[in-house]
Order: sequence, then C-alpha cells, then structure tokens
Amino acid sequence: MTDTPVPTNAGASPPSQAPRSQWWDVWDQFRSHKGAMVGAAFFLAIVALVVFGPLIWDVDPTKTNIRERNAPMSLSAPLGTDQLGRDIFARMIEGGRISLAVGLTAMGLSLLLGTLIGVLAGYFRRLDGVLMRLTDLFLALPLLPLLLVMVLLFREPLTAAFGIETGIFILIVSAIGVTSWMQTARIVRGDVLALKEREFVLAARATGTTPAKIITRHVLPNVMSPIMVSATLGIATAIITESALSFLGLGFPPDFPTWGRLLNDGVPYLQQYPGRAFWPGLAISLVVLSINYVGDGLRDALDPRIRGR
Amino acid sequence: MLTFTIRRLLFAIPTLLFIALVIFLLLELAPGDPMANVPLTVPAEVKEQMRIALGLGEPMHIRFWKWIIQFFWIEPLNVFDALFGTSFAEGKLRIISWQNRAPVFIAIAERIPQTLWVVGTAYVVAILIAVPVGIYSAYKQYSVFDQAGTFVTMVGFSVPPFFSGVLVIIIFAVQLKWFPSIYDTTHVVNSWDAFLFQVRQMFLPVMVLALQITSQLSRFMRASMLDNLQQDYVRTARAKGLKERAVVLVHVLRNSMIPVVTVIALGVPSIFGGAIITEQVFKVNGIGQLLITAIQANDLPMVQTLTFIFAVLIVLFNLLADVLYGILDPRIRYD
Repeated sequence: MTDTPVPTNAGASPPSQAPRSQWWDVWDQFRSHKGAMVGAAFFLAIVALVVFGPLIWDVDPTKTNIRERNAPMSLSAPLGTDQLGRDIFARMIEGGRISLAVGLTAMGLSLLLGTLIGVLAGYFRRLDGVLMRLTDLFLALPLLPLLLVMVLLFREPLTAAFGIETGIFILIVSAIGVTSWMQTARIVRGDVLALKEREFVLAARATGTTPAKIITRHVLPNVMSPIMVSATLGIATAIITESALSFLGLGFPPDFPTWGRLLNDGVPYLQQYPGRAFWPGLAISLVVLSINYVGDGLRDALDPRIRGR
Repeated sequence: MLTFTIRRLLFAIPTLLFIALVIFLLLELAPGDPMANVPLTVPAEVKEQMRIALGLGEPMHIRFWKWIIQFFWIEPLNVFDALFGTSFAEGKLRIISWQNRAPVFIAIAERIPQTLWVVGTAYVVAILIAVPVGIYSAYKQYSVFDQAGTFVTMVGFSVPPFFSGVLVIIIFAVQLKWFPSIYDTTHVVNSWDAFLFQVRQMFLPVMVLALQITSQLSRFMRASMLDNLQQDYVRTARAKGLKERAVVLVHVLRNSMIPVVTVIALGVPSIFGGAIITEQVFKVNGIGQLLITAIQANDLPMVQTLTFIFAVLIVLFNLLADVLYGILDPRIRYD
C-alpha cells in the first residue's frame, strides 16, 4: 500500500471525492466470501436474539412450575420445559447472554494481554528475550488442567468477594484470558519486528516522536489485521472453553444457565428427552462454526496478497 | 543436529523446573485448607498431626524440593524396581495421594492403558483419514470433494467434543442401539466375541476424538500440499515425463509431510488434555477422568503430579517436533 505510486495529476485537479479507504476493499473482499457472510449474519442474529430476546419472550428463565415439567415443544414453550418446569427457550436465551458475554470479555482480555506483550517484545529489544521465554513457558503449560485447577482453587474466595455471579464471571474470564494470549503475542511480535525496520517508523523516530506515540500512531494501526483475525478466533475458543468448564461442572453454578451448563444438565435425561442436551450443544456449535467462518473470511479479506484477485 | 538436540534437552530442564514451580505455587498459594472437611469436634492438636501426616508440616521450599526429588528420582527408581525385581526404592517415601493414601503413580499406571487405547487408536485413525483426504482435496482444489471436505473439517473443528459425543450417544446408542454409550473398563478381551465387544465400545469415543483431530490435520495437510504443488520442481518432474502418480505421491507428498509430521508430534500431548472431556462423556476411566475426580476431591498431590506429567509431555513433544523437523528437512540448519 505504501509502494503505490502517487498519481502524477494529483496536484493538477483536486479529487472530486475522498479517496477510497482500504477498509472498503477489505469489505468488498469479505463480501465475496459466502461462508463468512452467512456466518456473520448468523452470529449477528444470535447476538440480537440474546440481547433483545428477553424483551419479546419475557418468560422468567428461573421460574419453576412443577406441574408443567418435562413438557414437549409447544407454542407456550417453544423448546419445552425441563425437569423443574422451567422454560428451556428462556433459559437458552439467558445462557446465550452469559456464554457470549464470557466469550467477548475473555477475548478482549486475551487480546489486550497478547497485543501488549507482543508489541513490547517486538518494539523494545531488551524486553524481547524475557517476554518471549515467558510466552514459550505459557505455551508449554497444560491449559485445560490448569484452568480446572484455577477454577477449583479461586472459586470460593472470589464468590465471597464479589457475589456468586460476578465472582465466577471474573474468575472464568480472567482464567481464559490469562491462558490464551500467547498466539496473539507471537503474531503481533513478528509483525512489529518487521514494521520497526520500515521507513515511516524511521521517519517518525527521526522527527523526535516518542516510542509511545510511534507505537500508538504508527505500529498499532498496522498490526490491526492479525489482531482482528485472532479476535474472531479468540471468541470461538473462549466460548468453547467456558462451555467445557461448565460441562465438567466447574463453571457457573446451576442457577446461572450457560450453554455448557444447560448441556451438562441435559445429559442425565439423554434417554427420555434428548432435545434438552441437543439445543444448547447445537447453539454452541453453530455459533463457533459461524465465528470460524467469519475468521476465515476476515483472514482472506485482510491479506493484501489475496485481495483484489 | 546432535548438539542442537543436546542443547534443547539441557534447556528443557530449567523450563520443566520452572513449570513445576509455577504449578506448585499455584496450588500452594491458593486459599483453601485440606483439613476443611474434618469435623469441628476434632481437636486442634489432632488436626495439626493430620496435617503433618499429609506432609504439610514443613516449609514451602522444602516440600517443593521433596516433591521434585520424589518425582524425578524415587518414582523412576520404583519403575526400575518393578521392571527388574530390584529393591532400590525400598523405604523411600513416594508421592502419596490424599484420596486413598496410595502412591499416585500406582493410580496413574492403572489408568494409562485405557487412555492409551482409546486416545492412541483415535490418533492413528485420524492420521489415516486426514492424510489421504488432505492430499486429494489439495490435488483437486475447489472440486466438489474439496468443498465438502473443507466444510466437514470446519464443522469438525467447531463442534466441541462434549456436543459431538452427546450427539453420537443420542443417535447410535439411544436411538439405534448399535454401540454401548458407556465404556466398560473391566471388560477382558479373551475371545473373538469379547474382542468384537471391545471394538464396539471403543467405536464412539474413538470416532469423536478422531473427527476433531482429523479436521485439524487435514487442513494442515491440504495447505501444505497446495504450497508444494505450485513449486517449480513439480513442473520439472512433470516435464521430464514422470507419471502423475509419482509426481504427487512421491515428490510432492514427501515434501508436504514435513510440516504435517511436526504438527502430528505437537498434537500428541494436547490429545491427553483434550481427551479429558471425551473420557468424561463416555465414562472411560482414563487419566483425564482421574484428574477430574482428583480436582473434585481436592487431592492436591495427584493434581500436581498429573498436571506436571502433561507439562513434561508438552515439552518433550515440542522438542521431538523440532528435532524431527531438522532431520526431515535438510534446508533447516539449527547449528
């Protein structure tokens, strides 16, 4: 993009309209990836459903009604009711809120950590060795066992300090964030190392720009594309990890439905009511699948070598 | 190459020690008391004695050192004794589980065969499926087979094992009743029928695990084949009149396998971690299940040892992958 020759008549006649930003090219390329478009539409639909769903479907997900228990699918309960007569559709919406919130927040945290460490390691040579050894070390840790251990050990103090829901939320989000930043850090570091040698960074340094300004104004905007790709994949991983923890009984407590928790609750009733485990599992899988397609499309769209072909 | 291997092996020692320290400190600094479940009627002195009996009496650094000694010296001695009938480790204190007061490694040795059978078979099945699928999809890029394959791998990649496991149980165990949904570990294979039963009960967990591994591997295989198919040496091979079969299966495949082999090596330890969930779904009482029950029972020595074993596996297979890469690809020079 920086190598594009400047049109010679640029000074002669003022451009009639603002030049097309590169993000329009990215959007055009992204639009041509069918799977990514379907995935994005589906993901947005699910987000809209869990955000605005409770306004339309205002059944209390925790209200028990023992007379109506184990009801099949009907108009009054689209996905039936569970063994305590709670409306499964309302619980799915509520679960989706928590699962997606965990996914997005954990992704944000892991991205923040990964970008910070990647940029620091790439930009400041003195920190590089230490930070990259740290990254290697984290990559060598057995993550799922460690996550389980962390949840086991810190559950009680955190719930005591922040209340059950907030405490577990903080615990799970930080546990997932702390154990998933390494790939982002590696990719960002590699890109920063290459960027640092480019002329525009040299020019910025020559004009006396401070390192902090160089990083925020010149380096960060240029590493946005790998960060965005890892962001999409990060949401998917975080949702799967949270569901896995809930599925193993080490996530949110039973009163707070998440998709993984609902799936876990449905497993004992697999013989009689297979739908109860099926719907939450389907929700997790479809959301992750759509996010993965978006990530695929985004990777193609942000790759200037593919774009425009 | 040899110096590189030795250097990496030496570097692995501080890495492992540091990981051991991290795991130890995580468990140590976490709040929670192993005596919390003891009734309040038990006097304080007795509780103190119970703590000492659990090995909690000494300062932290001494306990860490003792655990390291037990893990790296006494337990290997015990393995040696068991193999050769010697008695070097007699009277030395082993790592003791808090759950049943038996050595941790005896429990692990009981659980390893199940995990190895199920997970190992799944890995082999996955490799056998993924490699041909990857080769063919890359060779016929954008064909119907490739599109379908890409879609299936994307699905396999996205569907978590706790859902695919539940799904196959609903379909094949509950509805069709073809396979049992629970893995029977006490089953002894002593006849043809028993063998068939073993195959049937392994089928579902192996398929669930294999689907996951296949999707990752075949994506790698396809990408690697695509890279190599565009190289100049492929055109040269075709130009000198080699058969298409020889070009693809000898020239391209051998070069494409280099990154795939390292990915296979890197995936081995994560399989043990990933199998935790599959083992839980199908009630296979392997290592993953041992870890879950130990976590639920607050059995810290067991958790510590198992987590560290996973870490050792990760470090060793990383090393193996690097060395393999150097051996297989003469363009890579570490020295």
